[in-house]
Amino acid sequence: MKKFLAFLLTLVILLSAFVLPSFAYDYIEFSDETVEYYKSLGLQGTKLNVYNWGEYISDEEVDVVKEFERLTGCTVNYTTFESNENMYSKLSGGGVSYDVIVPSDYVVEKLITEGMIQKIDFNNIPNYAKYFDSEQYGYLLEDEVNGEAIKDYAVIYNVGTTILIYNTKYVEEKPDSWSVLWDEQYKGKVLMFNNPRDTFAIAQFMLGQDLNSTDPADWDAAAELLKEQREKVQPSYVMDEVFVKMESGDYYFAAYYAGDYELMYENNSDLDYVFPKEGVNSFYDAFCIPTATQNKKGAEAFINFMMEPEIALANAEYIYYATPNKAVLENDEYSLADSRAVYPEDSDIAHSQTFHNLPNETLQYMNTLWMKVKGGNNSEWIYRIFFICVATIFAIIIITVIRKREMKKYYDI
Amino acid sequence: MKQSSALKKLINAPYILWSVIFVIAPLIMVIYYAFTDSTGAFTYDNVKSIGDYSSTFILSVGYGAVATLICLIIAYPFAYFLAHTGVSFQRMSVMLVMLPMWMSFLIRTYSWMTILGESGVINTFLGLFGIEPLPMLNTPGAVILGMVYNFLPYMILPIYTVMSKMDNSLIEAAQDLGCGKMHCIRKVIMPLSVPGVVSGITMVFVPSVSTFYITQKLGGGQITLIGDVIEGQFQTANNYNLGAALSLLLMVMILICLGVLGYFTDSEDEGGVLI
Repeated sequence: MKKFLAFLLTLVILLSAFVLPSFAYDYIEFSDETVEYYKSLGLQGTKLNVYNWGEYISDEEVDVVKEFERLTGCTVNYTTFESNENMYSKLSGGGVSYDVIVPSDYVVEKLITEGMIQKIDFNNIPNYAKYFDSEQYGYLLEDEVNGEAIKDYAVIYNVGTTILIYNTKYVEEKPDSWSVLWDEQYKGKVLMFNNPRDTFAIAQFMLGQDLNSTDPADWDAAAELLKEQREKVQPSYVMDEVFVKMESGDYYFAAYYAGDYELMYENNSDLDYVFPKEGVNSFYDAFCIPTATQNKKGAEAFINFMMEPEIALANAEYIYYATPNKAVLENDEYSLADSRAVYPEDSDIAHSQTFHNLPNETLQYMNTLWMKVKGGNNSEWIYRIFFICVATIFAIIIITVIRKREMKKYYDI
Repeated sequence: MKQSSALKKLINAPYILWSVIFVIAPLIMVIYYAFTDSTGAFTYDNVKSIGDYSSTFILSVGYGAVATLICLIIAYPFAYFLAHTGVSFQRMSVMLVMLPMWMSFLIRTYSWMTILGESGVINTFLGLFGIEPLPMLNTPGAVILGMVYNFLPYMILPIYTVMSKMDNSLIEAAQDLGCGKMHCIRKVIMPLSVPGVVSGITMVFVPSVSTFYITQKLGGGQITLIGDVIEGQFQTANNYNLGAALSLLLMVMILICLGVLGYFTDSEDEGGVLI
């Protein structure tokens, strides 16, 4: 009887796990024209592999991927990555083929240089001309790499800047500089990016360097500064964990992305932000189509779909990054239009710089320095302890050998 | 005779195929990458640049050794008492030891973050008595705790197995010949349990030295062990060659450590030692 009850209870718990999340879901009502357009593309039964940042698409009130599948009849295989570098590793490693990826600025350039992404056919993305705010954001794509215009390869999804977030409960004076992250009184309370490029950028701003310097001496100087910080304030290097750690009040400062500040603020209104005077990194994330795509038409349809006003609004409200979509910016319902963190004024980001692709040697050098920064300066005492341990082990070995031999003597007798 | 050896081969075939594809081939790839550069040309540069990480290597071995030692100190008496209690209690205890392993290792480690954090369970509790929150997360202690917690079952189980299979008549014989209880443990039980201890040490030390998830979550990115460096080479730096060279050295180092261990415990007849 007892066993039966236990079994029944387990069954109930298991079943409820299946039943609960499947609440009713309301689809968006698109205009007939739009519905007809996506239907006419002939994507029914095809597959589309989308590789995006984590938490970088609306999947709650409006499930964007589901909507796309419903309209086109195409099956989307949606996967996520945590950093540009992870994504690049996976893409260049081969073995997987993606149709839509969302790299940031400097990786877009790298991918173009290496021929890993292809030109987009803008005839298949009618929404681009309609909704992309090229007056304000077009300049981001003006550059050329290897004689190829970036704007032929990339459709901007979101733009943003880095920002300094702090907790007003513990920090009385409003900081205005990155240098507060080097202040010893905040030891153990500072969060830095867990990726080399963003973290080095902070040190580079403090040193007044060009973020895209290829001079090893510049990188050495920045690494020295970061090592000094590691000794003095012992920052934690994190990415997505920044949310939990800042919202709980465990940490007082975080260098992170501006849009994410708004997300944190919703859960902890003690948080405030500042654009440090030395400058911030302004970046964009863009849709690109890898050369190895199996479904280019589907990829273009997906990019076009992401620019539909309803979808772009849902995404903007979910992600909290600045969107270059005119339909959203002009929409009165858009709740973030007044956020100065997300849409900074020109004076806020007067000294902003963007990342560009760096030569492989520089990247390699940066990564070596990064490992040294994170490894910390513990060599001195470590070597000492190590030698003591090795000496002890040797001593024990020798003693054992001698004892074994003596034992053997007795056995022999 | 002949037929049975053919049958043996047939039975072994899947395992041999498995190990060739998933053990030997990857090993060869690691060696290949370790000695080539990104263009595929032969080079010693990767191996040379390992020198930069020597302190990280030593630190990793240190952490692994401390974690293993703590595991051993906890597991040995536990396994001893477990082997000498009633059968039903034994069965339940073994299941309780195994129980955490049914859950994902990642989730278990992650949950320690919420226990140790500044606004975590322990500090909230201490806060009730007006005690200032103790910084527990992101300390070496947290990393060691994570290692001990995660790998302790791998120490308990082999020692327990050896203990419970021990021939009781040997202990009785020792007692008959006038051995006291402590003396009996030292002279009879300890030497007989060496194979279990050795496989326990192996199973705890190896994953502890090469872990990267525990240091990242419980060390907050402040403690960098060799596993983190290797992970970074593959995931962020995209430098497979250096990553492979580091992995190769790690393997060699673990082999040496286990070799030393094996030498100590290499008494003639024990057998069944897992390396």
